[in-house]
Amino acid sequence: MPAPEPRPALEALRAQVSRLEGHSRRRRGVLPFGVPEIDGRLPDGGLALGALHEVAGGGNDALHVAASGLFSAGIAARTRGKVLWIATRQDLYAPALQHVGLSARRTIYVAASSDTDVLACFEEALRHQGLGAVVAEVARLSMTASRRLQLAAETSGALGIALRRWRRQTDAADFGQPTASVTRWRVSVLPSVPLPVSGVGRSRWLLELIRARAGECADFEVEACDAKGRLAPCRLTLPADLADRPDQEAAGDWCARA
Amino acid sequence: MLSVDLAARRLGLRPGTPVAKAQALHPDLVIMDADPEGDRQGLERLALWFQHRIAPIVAPDLPDGIVLDTTGADHLHGGEAVMLENMITRLKESGITARAAIADTWGAAHALARYGRRRITIVPPGETEAAITDLPIAAMRLPADIIDGLHGLGVSRIGPLAGMPRAPLTLRFGPDVARRLDQAFGRQAEAIIPVRLQTPVQVSRNFAEPISAAETIARYITRLVPPLCAGLEEREQGVRRLDLLLHRVDSRTEAIRVATAVPVRDVKRLTRLLCDRIETIDPGFGIERMVLTASLAEPILHRQGVSTLIEEEDADVSDLIDTLANRVGTQALYRFAPVESDVPERAVCRVPALAPEDTREWPDHWPRPTRLLPYPEPIQTMAVLPDHPPVFFIWRGIRRRIRCADGPERVFGEWWKGDAELTTVRDYFRVEDTSGETFWIYRTGDGEHGETGSQGWFLHGLFE
Repeated sequence: MPAPEPRPALEALRAQVSRLEGHSRRRRGVLPFGVPEIDGRLPDGGLALGALHEVAGGGNDALHVAASGLFSAGIAARTRGKVLWIATRQDLYAPALQHVGLSARRTIYVAASSDTDVLACFEEALRHQGLGAVVAEVARLSMTASRRLQLAAETSGALGIALRRWRRQTDAADFGQPTASVTRWRVSVLPSVPLPVSGVGRSRWLLELIRARAGECADFEVEACDAKGRLAPCRLTLPADLADRPDQEAAGDWCARA
Repeated sequence: MLSVDLAARRLGLRPGTPVAKAQALHPDLVIMDADPEGDRQGLERLALWFQHRIAPIVAPDLPDGIVLDTTGADHLHGGEAVMLENMITRLKESGITARAAIADTWGAAHALARYGRRRITIVPPGETEAAITDLPIAAMRLPADIIDGLHGLGVSRIGPLAGMPRAPLTLRFGPDVARRLDQAFGRQAEAIIPVRLQTPVQVSRNFAEPISAAETIARYITRLVPPLCAGLEEREQGVRRLDLLLHRVDSRTEAIRVATAVPVRDVKRLTRLLCDRIETIDPGFGIERMVLTASLAEPILHRQGVSTLIEEEDADVSDLIDTLANRVGTQALYRFAPVESDVPERAVCRVPALAPEDTREWPDHWPRPTRLLPYPEPIQTMAVLPDHPPVFFIWRGIRRRIRCADGPERVFGEWWKGDAELTTVRDYFRVEDTSGETFWIYRTGDGEHGETGSQGWFLHGLFE
């Protein structure tokens, strides 16, 4: 689906609203995905920098946080500067992050002892001017906490990703509670791309944009972050499906279903 | 050769022998390059140790000795003889062959320690002249060319040299000979410039009225830090560890210790680190004295920033690291670094967050899971041996049918780590179940030979 056409009246109204919201904050810019279908759905054409974003896994991934973790790592990999990864349970495997372009040299891990510590470190890190992205694995995220984090992120311009990780499947309903984050994503795994030979093809994810401030919800089917990002900062190669196909019209399964 | 050890001396080698000649005589000779600067630093460290243990006035006596003024210190160590014996024994225990002498003057002690007959020489007061008369003039701390000149005159002992008329000697060799003679015989004073242990920078403040409110403590911290930083600036140092001692009115002491990853001299940053920890102290009935000590200081290395217009410099995050480390502990902040090992759990190691970066990376042609379980979990499977992936597996009570799989990737045990791993093998498969979830499972053993493992299946990681 093409990006919605720009309407000057609406743009003016948006500008007025954001002025009314009172943050005389500078425009921090955005981090585009490089996929027109997704970027078109996001206000300003990408993930806002200097803002808090929420990512959760769908189904079993809400507990394991493998696909959603990789998605977050892919985003963090495309920022500049060091990346801080805060968690209470550290079971990330660094070579896998390197496969999506997040070098181990850039990533500093913080092993916090409790959720409170995670949030405190998260806020502290978001206030710091020199980080590219901060990823924190949290279970509960209250409105108050998320608002503090959002305000902290606005002061520095770092990209904050709250990666929701619950201990039990029943806790995952917490994702419905409102928070102050700018966007909210749910990443669910789909069966991989079938190969003509036996073997596991490229993974596919169902990306659900559940909430976007000043934007609309949308669903996207994408291929997982490029596992072959051999050099330098790997891009999240979401459009591989598109790029590989000669005719984009034929890319029937690559439609935004919102 | 500048110097030889006891074993070489027994072989007949002497300082001054050309290296080539010595090697021709004894081909398996161990030869080390001279390192005068290293020797000097080593002597200084040793001098500090002596200052700590024996006497307050200690100095290195270059190039190979240490001079101590033991006046008034010997009785603490059981007398002069016992003291020297102890010193030599201690040095011997750490692998240093040493000789020691006590005399009225530095010059005499220097000569006796090097050219005396015994390992330990103690000259009673007033007998210095008799003790050194027979020693060779090389013991006189004179430059080598003067010694050679004196040998040319036929003088080889200190006694005859002292008996010679001074004026022609001074005319020919300069004032050094007379000065050294006078110093050795005690006619001219010679000062020992002692090594000085650098005391840490410390600032303190006493209060007329005890303070206890957190805001008050914070206010006085902000007043103590600037003079500390000024003191550090004089020494061109920054703190690595900062101790704030708060003496309470009931004679108990509360302490705040903060550590930094790199040397820091920034007032704001240090104040912040200290103030973050105020909540951990218990002021009791009040605090009457605050002492701030830079207990570990290191020189600040200045480096040039990136000067090209193209390359942007990565921002410095050491202040954030310090803040977080003081909250969650230094151990809790780390990076992962590659280790050359095929066994997945051994391929990563934790390094400090600000450790120097190395260029090694993990090989990127093998699939690796996003999450690695802390311990592989056993699963029940049905699989065709030897090298097919399972048809299904049961993990944590859920049965998953496998839709497609990649593998096996065979990982051999690291036999150099232990005998148990001599024959072990793991076959890793990447499998995807019908819902699209991808797992990393392995079988211990190659599926054919019993000695390679139990042939049981384990789940080791989750892809996505």
